[in-house]
Amino acid sequence: MSLPSNFILIGERTNVAGSARFKKLIAAGEFDAALGIAREQVENGANVIDINMDDAMIEGEAAMTRFVNLIAAEPDICRVPVMLDSSKWSIIEAGLKCLQGKGIVNSISLKEGEAAFLKQARLVRRYGAAAVVMAFDENGQAGAIDHKVEIARRAVALLTRDIGFPPSDIIIDPNVFAVATGIAEHDDYGRAFIEATRRIKQEMPEVHVSGGISNVSFAFRGTNAIREAMHAVFLYHAIEAGLDMAIVNPTQLAIYEDIPPDVRERVEDVILNRRPDATERLVEIAGRYRAVSEASTPAVETWRSGDASSRLVHALVHGNDAHIVEDTEEARQTFTRALEVIEGPLMQGMSVVGDLFGAGKMFLPQVVKSARVMKKAVAHLIPFMESEREAAGERTTKGRIVLATVKGDVHDIGKNIVGIVLQCNDYEVIDLGVMVPMNKILDVARERQADIIGLSGLITPSLDEMSAVAREMERRKLSLPLLIGGATTSRVHTALKIEPGYRGPTIHVPDASKAVGVVGRLIAVDQRESYTAGVREDYVKLRAKHARDRQGAERIAIEVARANRLRLDWSQAAPPAPSFLGTRLIERFPLDEIAPLIDWTPFFRTWELAGAFPALLDDPVVGASARELFHDAQAMLARIIDERWFDARATIGFWPANAVGDDIVLYADEARVKPLATIHTLRQQMRRDDRRPNLALSDFIAPNESGIADHLGGFVVTAGAEAETIAATFAERHDDYSAILVKALADRFAEALAEALHARVRRTYWGYAPDEALDNAALIAEAYRGIRPAPGYPACPDHSEKRTLFTLLDAENTIGVRLTESFAMWPPSSVSGYYFSHQEARYFGVGKIGLDQLTDYAKRKGVSRTEALRWLPGNIEGDGEADEAA
Amino acid sequence: MSKQGDRIAALKAITTERILVLDGAMGTMIQAHDLDETGFRGARFVDHPCDLKGDNDLLVLTQPALIEAIHRDFLAAGADIVTANSFNTSSISQADYKLESNVAEMAHEAARLARVAADAMTTAVKPRFVAGALGPTNKTCSISPDVSSPGFRAVNFDDLRLAYRDVAIGLIEGGSDLILIETVFDTLNAKAALFALDELFDEMALRLPVIVSATISDRSGRTLSGQTPEAFYISVNHAEPFAVGLNCSLGADQLRPYVAALADIADCLISAYPNAGLPDALGEYTETPEETAAHLGEWARAGLLNLVGGCCGTTPAHIRAIAEAVEGVPPRRPVTRAPRLWLSGLEPLEVRP
Repeated sequence: MSLPSNFILIGERTNVAGSARFKKLIAAGEFDAALGIAREQVENGANVIDINMDDAMIEGEAAMTRFVNLIAAEPDICRVPVMLDSSKWSIIEAGLKCLQGKGIVNSISLKEGEAAFLKQARLVRRYGAAAVVMAFDENGQAGAIDHKVEIARRAVALLTRDIGFPPSDIIIDPNVFAVATGIAEHDDYGRAFIEATRRIKQEMPEVHVSGGISNVSFAFRGTNAIREAMHAVFLYHAIEAGLDMAIVNPTQLAIYEDIPPDVRERVEDVILNRRPDATERLVEIAGRYRAVSEASTPAVETWRSGDASSRLVHALVHGNDAHIVEDTEEARQTFTRALEVIEGPLMQGMSVVGDLFGAGKMFLPQVVKSARVMKKAVAHLIPFMESEREAAGERTTKGRIVLATVKGDVHDIGKNIVGIVLQCNDYEVIDLGVMVPMNKILDVARERQADIIGLSGLITPSLDEMSAVAREMERRKLSLPLLIGGATTSRVHTALKIEPGYRGPTIHVPDASKAVGVVGRLIAVDQRESYTAGVREDYVKLRAKHARDRQGAERIAIEVARANRLRLDWSQAAPPAPSFLGTRLIERFPLDEIAPLIDWTPFFRTWELAGAFPALLDDPVVGASARELFHDAQAMLARIIDERWFDARATIGFWPANAVGDDIVLYADEARVKPLATIHTLRQQMRRDDRRPNLALSDFIAPNESGIADHLGGFVVTAGAEAETIAATFAERHDDYSAILVKALADRFAEALAEALHARVRRTYWGYAPDEALDNAALIAEAYRGIRPAPGYPACPDHSEKRTLFTLLDAENTIGVRLTESFAMWPPSSVSGYYFSHQEARYFGVGKIGLDQLTDYAKRKGVSRTEALRWLPGNIEGDGEADEAA
Repeated sequence: MSKQGDRIAALKAITTERILVLDGAMGTMIQAHDLDETGFRGARFVDHPCDLKGDNDLLVLTQPALIEAIHRDFLAAGADIVTANSFNTSSISQADYKLESNVAEMAHEAARLARVAADAMTTAVKPRFVAGALGPTNKTCSISPDVSSPGFRAVNFDDLRLAYRDVAIGLIEGGSDLILIETVFDTLNAKAALFALDELFDEMALRLPVIVSATISDRSGRTLSGQTPEAFYISVNHAEPFAVGLNCSLGADQLRPYVAALADIADCLISAYPNAGLPDALGEYTETPEETAAHLGEWARAGLLNLVGGCCGTTPAHIRAIAEAVEGVPPRRPVTRAPRLWLSGLEPLEVRP
């Protein structure tokens, strides 16, 4: 690129006067497509975009307001300043009222005299913009050099002296007019612009000069090659004379040095007005070019022109794997050893990624894509390194971390993301997978001399397992740091239940973005001690605070809570009877019926992009990242449906049921004599000062003594184990991004399937709402009758109750979903729960219960109090975290 | 020269000598009094048609003694400048309470109460000043509240300009020495305020110093409307502010790099008043006065500060500790540099010669 790096390119295509395409879109009200043109300009290097809505067929003020407001919602466009371009002040002012940044007004002039000029200039200043001053005065537009310079001199003097306009905010436009028009008076217009620029910059060095370049070649419309050559030559000489910026089409900039010498000479003759027959000579050569096809050349990917190392860095930072193998190979041939490619450009690129991520300028989905590029590059190098006796493992990394999802738990998306982020930051990660017994974790950590152990888990029983790992580490007299992460883990739980069991550093890591910082401080010799001491102190304070809070928390006796239960009026309508009793298997649930019900907000949360969908897509900070991820997710979703990647299936059942105290007893048939199973529910024990009841799920089922025939439903759904297999295949191909994507989508599919099935249950299987018609948003907002609470979640927090449900539904044999020793479901993309049909049934949180209820509950279940306690780690008074009051 | 003119001159002179201390969180102090609906209504608004609990700005009319006492507590703790209780005093924000027609009076009283407190504590060696606060309002001019319609705006530039104008008149006439446009999450809202002030200063033939203080929305280091601190500075610099800075946002430790970025380029003074740390799980700010002051003392010694105070969660004890921590530390010297053309979108663009 021959343009100097400080030269400012102002994109001209968002101008109805200069771009037929843009004009057509604006006139048709297709503003979204018009935004695409703005984006294209910025992507192709425009430092500023010029917006012009001057057209007889367009309402200029309204169009300017709308377009500038729309740009404000597009961070990849509005990161650059805007130039508001109009010959009508009212259109410029409409734009100024929508611009949070400092833009440029194009233009004001002395055309209407000094008073009008200064009035507009004052407003420009008050709105906080810079101004282009056109070389136009009471006598008209200046064509000659002296006239141009004289207007500039006068305007600058007026602005700086009379109203204190800073000279650096003044941009003079000395008028670019068309040359080679066949009219002799026009021949000197190019040279006049260039020479006026030179004199203005010499006389007033703080002032800037700009111009609209494409005017100069107007006579050659239809011959783009000649036009581009004219622009390149004109810019070359004008920049040399001091031009600071120009309005151009950044996608069509020829390079001065690349113009064939014979063409360049003739173009230069015209621009600089060097000989009387210059126009004829250029017209003659232009004929040859007109014959050549005018098809525009495809946009060149400029980053491809650097050397192999710089291309690798670019590919990593942009997560672009299109050329990674060829670039890696090329780089390898320029280095002595393959390892040097890793230690050189690849680590350099990943370090940029790490810095951007740390600085909040890059987000998880992009980092995971970068990691994919890295893995593919390393995979290409490994065979060479082996032949060079340089196995990858011999490379010294910043530290070695063992990661595992603990025994009994199957969830690994978050853990995999942490692993990738750490690898990006040059740590070696040994990932032991899911359901890993503690001995294996600790043995591997010892054998491989790990620096840190990281444990992950999603369901509440995993908290207990993590505490056990910590105690085992203490017993083995280990001292390496232990990191705790995963959806149900928390700082409070870590402080209360895990950290006291182990004398080594024990730290809760809330999300993947925090992991690098924590690990960095633990590895750095000079930071480790003060950091861990700080965390320890923090946890001591938390425990003390918790001890204080605990005294404040007020529980009522279980008998009192039961007396305040929800008393539904069963005398009115009889509870609806399901269309069948017993279980039913539903296979091959149509994927395209499920997909529209996907709730995307949690999907983005998996990738640590916080915010509600779809507003998230327009977020000024993460919006671009979210849109890219959403685009990739949609593409994969289409394949999942078309190629039937998942086998969505479900087993559901309905049974005669009645409440007996806080239990729900299920019967084999309507005779209601022979009990089939008992569901044990828990009751809220917080003090209620208002009229609200202390709820248990059993309140929503007609009590035994009422003699009313009520029913309970149950379900297990799964997106199938296929997602796990597909993810493993992606991972083998070094594509962790797609691996995580498919797992995250499978989770969403399972949730959406549960939602879709619940709708069918309400309309058909149970059939109490045959006419229900709700859109997706209403479904996600749960604006329907009946609930489907899941064992292990707030309304019924005991995961072990899943055993009963799974036995009733025979879930393992019918749809292949089984329970681990911690009652996690395998495959992980599965959902289970109960169906309650009562109009008043609603979700709530049991919160903390008292020891009196725990004792009673253990007795009802026929287990010891210790066993019952094990599955309710967060629900015992004074034993866990904050209440989840309904 | 008017008394106000004298005070402005004194204020400008002091800034060359030392770091000035702002006050702490009015909201936190009010919250501690746990007023109920009756307390907020006072005698005057007993029959007002909607709930008024939570309208802290109304307390200048219904609980003036309480507000003045809070100002005095901050002044006693060492604040040089107290901020009028006018953060939400605008017809746009007060519409929530159906109090649009009381805004002019509220603004006037807010400034007057701060003035009374400041004058009572003023001595020859330690003059005290009043900043009239213009908050961001509850609407944004650059962001659509409706995701399906990104071009829509709940408020436009002229609505904001006129609303700010009414408040500013009350604040100036009530006795403010300077204007504090604070907690800027959308720079376009701030630009509307600056526009209104510039018009008003011309009409009134006076010019009060103006501080423009933005808030960073999260770890990305940008405002809610997406600007970097440098882009924000460039976008408001046309108003020739007395100071620019950051407030609220994050705790002091997370905020430091962004204050440093501003201090690096601003040719005006720098102000900073962070929260007392990040809110904990219960939404409470738990940083102790010593912790906050330790951070801010370090900033001062690093040459980042001209004005310093506290935002959410900071009490008179915090202000006292901050005042002690910056005492005797020389103030930052504004950057002097050759004039350049600076432009901004969400990011800065410098046109280099």
